[in-house]
Amino acid sequence: MIGIVVDIVSWVLILTGSAFAIIGGVGMIRLPDFYTRMHGAGITDTLGAGLILAGLAVQAGFTLATVKLLLILVFLLYTSPTSSYALANSAYTGGLQPWLGKKEDGSSKSS
Amino acid sequence: MFVAATLAILITMALALTRALLGPTIYDRVLAVNAFGTKTVLLIAVLGFLTGRPDFLDISLVYALINFIGTIAVLKFLKFGDLGTPGSENSEADD
Repeated sequence: MIGIVVDIVSWVLILTGSAFAIIGGVGMIRLPDFYTRMHGAGITDTLGAGLILAGLAVQAGFTLATVKLLLILVFLLYTSPTSSYALANSAYTGGLQPWLGKKEDGSSKSS
Repeated sequence: MFVAATLAILITMALALTRALLGPTIYDRVLAVNAFGTKTVLLIAVLGFLTGRPDFLDISLVYALINFIGTIAVLKFLKFGDLGTPGSENSEADD
């Protein structure tokens, strides 16, 4: 009984995380600008990774593997915003202009 | 279950790689490679569970750290053109 509940919970967590990962990947392809594409990458970094790792932790139970999974999650939650900030800051100071509304040709290049 | 997660992560990696190849600016490529590295961490962790060897989590842990260091190193190289230069405050003081 407990095994079935654990399996269902980890199923739901892992499949939701996989769906968020694919959504973020599609967003990285389809969004029009670098700064908007960072939203797609952010989804895969936080919700996708968090839900998949949580599902694996539920599957592993109270073992050393769960501790390692939580460590991976903590590292990801520290390093992903830091690298996102560094990337956005580097792009902005590098002169990349944000995409403000639709132009005629739909291009996102800065002038 | 693990097979479905593996397939989803592989699809996301393919999408990120497409953006890395297409990306109009260099920052798009760095962003896509960073997301690709994060997905690699997840893929290694899920593969460890898929093949019944949780020891893969150690490799995944190391990869998460290396991915972060690599992204920061590439960004610093882009900004300064040299990995040995000091940080921005010192370079502004020099100016």
